Amino acid sequence: MEQASYIAAQVINGLQLGAVYALIALGYTMVYGILRLINFAHGDIFMLGAFVAYFLISRFGMPLYLVFFATMAVTALSGYLMEKIAYKPLRNAPRISLLITAVGVSLFLEYFCSLRSIFTPDYIGFPRPFEMETYNFSPGGFEFSFTNVQALIFAITFSALVLLYLLVYRTKQGRAMRAVSYDQETAALMGINIDNTVSLTFMVGAALAGMGGVLYGIAYPQINVFMGIMPGIKSFIAAVLGGIGIIHGAVIGGLIVGVSEVIVSAFLSSTYRDGVIFVILLIVLLVKPSGIFGKRSDKV
Amino acid sequence: MKRMICVMMALCLFVPIGGKAIAKETVKIGLITPLTGDVKTFGESIKNAFAIAVEEYSKKGKYTIQTVIADDRNDPTEGANAALKLVTQDKVAAIIGPATSKVAIPVSVIATQYKVPMITGTATNPKVTFSDGKRKPYVFRACFVDNFQGVVAANFALKDLKAKTAAVLYDVSNDYSKGLGEYFKPTFTKGNGKVVAFESYQKDDVDFSALITKVALKKPDVVFLPDYYNKVALIARQIREKGIKAALVGSDGWDSPELVKIGGSSIIGGYFVSHYSPDRKDPIAEAFIKKYKARHGIVPDALAALTYDAAGILFKALDTAKNPRSEELLKALAPTKGYKGVTGTISFDTNGDAVKSAVILKVEKSGFRYTTTVNP
Repeated sequence: MEQASYIAAQVINGLQLGAVYALIALGYTMVYGILRLINFAHGDIFMLGAFVAYFLISRFGMPLYLVFFATMAVTALSGYLMEKIAYKPLRNAPRISLLITAVGVSLFLEYFCSLRSIFTPDYIGFPRPFEMETYNFSPGGFEFSFTNVQALIFAITFSALVLLYLLVYRTKQGRAMRAVSYDQETAALMGINIDNTVSLTFMVGAALAGMGGVLYGIAYPQINVFMGIMPGIKSFIAAVLGGIGIIHGAVIGGLIVGVSEVIVSAFLSSTYRDGVIFVILLIVLLVKPSGIFGKRSDKV
Repeated sequence: MKRMICVMMALCLFVPIGGKAIAKETVKIGLITPLTGDVKTFGESIKNAFAIAVEEYSKKGKYTIQTVIADDRNDPTEGANAALKLVTQDKVAAIIGPATSKVAIPVSVIATQYKVPMITGTATNPKVTFSDGKRKPYVFRACFVDNFQGVVAANFALKDLKAKTAAVLYDVSNDYSKGLGEYFKPTFTKGNGKVVAFESYQKDDVDFSALITKVALKKPDVVFLPDYYNKVALIARQIREKGIKAALVGSDGWDSPELVKIGGSSIIGGYFVSHYSPDRKDPIAEAFIKKYKARHGIVPDALAALTYDAAGILFKALDTAKNPRSEELLKALAPTKGYKGVTGTISFDTNGDAVKSAVILKVEKSGFRYTTTVNP
């Protein structure tokens, strides 16, 4: 029984990490779905979110729900600007130019933010806006516990997913997004404003990453300008694993990556952790090249 | 004829201008230290202490010191690049630093290769001065080594904290952290203790939930955390959040005012091994502490004190050496015996390491409190 409780505790740890990966992976997947662009700067938008939240909490003492909205607004705006300034002029350029630009934007954000006049090159503690509490349950001797931080992360990730689904499948803008992702030229001929649709996609993706940044800061209370690199890569793996371009694929992919990371650290060693994730990715891609939920046509 | 003019012009350059006293020869000294990044308070303390040492030397020393300061960001690659620049472009006579072992190890290789004497105040891993069965002849340090530090920590946990079981969490990609974990384990086991968990994490990890859940299952009496303050503070918080009550024991990497700032109540009550205590009664220490406090408003930590000593040893060697070139400097440096520094009396052994006693400090809300001294 103790062993079962232990495994449950580790799985909950993994889901906590995976939920944040899922939020970042959603942005990767949406942008890829529309532009066939792997936006490497997405992890840095996540970092931006954590820093904005840090300033809002420590300087202005803003309540948490406002922090979420304000952070998402700021990151959505930076996502919008990033697309307008860096990617839009290259809309018809070869895809490799876009990819290299994305790497450039990523490095720019990291080193620009590490200037003392912008953020800081140092590691700073993230002020958690509430005390962590642990809730214990023991139905029939099977003990498990989770914390209010975990509850917050699950609740927010789940509601973000539901809202995103409603946006993509139940609204006019969502239909435009799907159309653009299916065929840009035809969508334009049907009177869909491509620029606006692409901007909206970037903004939604960036807002989700910003939200992920706030949650990450709350869960693991230390931030620095390079904090987006590793979660960015892991979330990219998650998006590919679930089938890039597919919304629920990104979420399931994120949870798989998070849980396997924790399980490998817990039962093997953290040294094998990243290796095992890449092996999982390789196996999935060998069996099903378009990812777990991917369709053969590679379209959303 | 042309040649004569050339020679005369060249000579003119050395003629003191306007009858002033002959200017002292200038010697360049490089400082490599982490001014930004995850251990930036180390860099700040070191830079402050170095500046004081240089200033004091300039008043009475044989040479004028020109300093070249490089930021290594606590990154081995950055450190190696900085070292290469210092020795090939700035042509420094000697290097002080780097602060951390993981940067000092690659820099020591460059110092050896280019035959530039290097004294680190604070890098404690044995590999800094000695690796692959060979002594690096140009490298020295003003601090004790980790095989001593790990033993001190293990004995403290066994005897003073009466611990029977211990968990060790270390950074597998950091020589300092990994080395200390490996020195702690055999001593603790030999003293009839049991290491119930020996777990590693990676450099950029912030989620330790998997390891800590594992440690919680084993219910250890102490958790040994040999790493730098930033990571330790983060791990300590997660340890307390998982409800582990074990005493926390650590190493000299804890020494930073940021430790309590980030770690909060989780880290208070922890113990760590350090190089000196500011409460030390000693005229040299008191003079330095007073000066540092007046200038920076805080009591100097061990990093500041050790760097002050390392610079002091170098300057003393500069004054006794025939000239400030590497061979002569090395000849003056190597036999350093009984140097009276802020952190105690320093003598280099055959490996260029200082043999010194360690102190145990306790983390309290207001700062670090002296607990005990352990002699080698």
